[in-house]
Amino acid sequence: MGAPATYSDLSQPELVRRACEGDKDAFYSLVRPCERAVYVAAISILNNPADAEEVAQEAVLKAFTHLAGFRAEAKFSTWLIQITINEARLRLRKDRRHLYESLDERRTDADGDYDPKDFADWREIPSEELKRGELRNALKRAMATLAPKYREVLILRDVQNLSTEETAEILGISEGNVKTRLLRARLQMRDALAPGIDGSWSAGKPEYKKVRPW
Amino acid sequence: MSVIEISCLEVWREISNYVDQDVAPELRARMEAHFKSCAHCKAVLDGTRNVVKLVADGVEYKLPKGFSERLYTRIKGK
Repeated sequence: MGAPATYSDLSQPELVRRACEGDKDAFYSLVRPCERAVYVAAISILNNPADAEEVAQEAVLKAFTHLAGFRAEAKFSTWLIQITINEARLRLRKDRRHLYESLDERRTDADGDYDPKDFADWREIPSEELKRGELRNALKRAMATLAPKYREVLILRDVQNLSTEETAEILGISEGNVKTRLLRARLQMRDALAPGIDGSWSAGKPEYKKVRPW
Repeated sequence: MSVIEISCLEVWREISNYVDQDVAPELRARMEAHFKSCAHCKAVLDGTRNVVKLVADGVEYKLPKGFSERLYTRIKGK
């Protein structure tokens, strides 16, 4: 199999038209710019790289099959991410792994008011901390403990930098809901990470040592 | 001109919108005044900003090696 044909000079509608006629290289040209977004959308729900790749690829193939249903005025990436999110949710349901319910889901499902775990001071991230693996690992752990409905919003908004409007469209929820969930997600991440500045990122010490007194 | 005081609870409800610069000017002014006098809320604000900065980095979500090639192969094989 040769390298993909390049269609960099063709517009989206023209690529869609060709892809609908079965031109696979034209379809790949449509997908290529948003393949990371598709993968990240899948991992935001599945929280596992291997499953995320499989679901992301399945979603792309499904999109190819259903390309005729794509509305020309829509944004291709939004449409593709929507399909991916749906596929990832289906997979999650099938695997019944959602039976695992995180503590955070129960604690905050009612979307009640936020109650900070503590007021650990976290004025800035020292640059050496950013380079060390501990902070990144702590971040990964914190992301993994977020309930999926918060994690997906956090990832679409803060990793993929999508607007509130686009995030709402992709997830099929209101913009107000996107904002509420984003607030929850960010504050839970803060709760999980903030005390780490005082030493919890050191290997083997998952709990934090102290909270700076005021 | 003095601004109407705001409670910590109200600040926390809006803190994420504040970080996104998505609050009305009047509320923004009240929150800014609050952050000047409340070290706790200032700490929550700084922490929230750090989270946004850290998450935005996104290195945890790099595309697996060979993803594009595998995807292309699957599309061509369909």
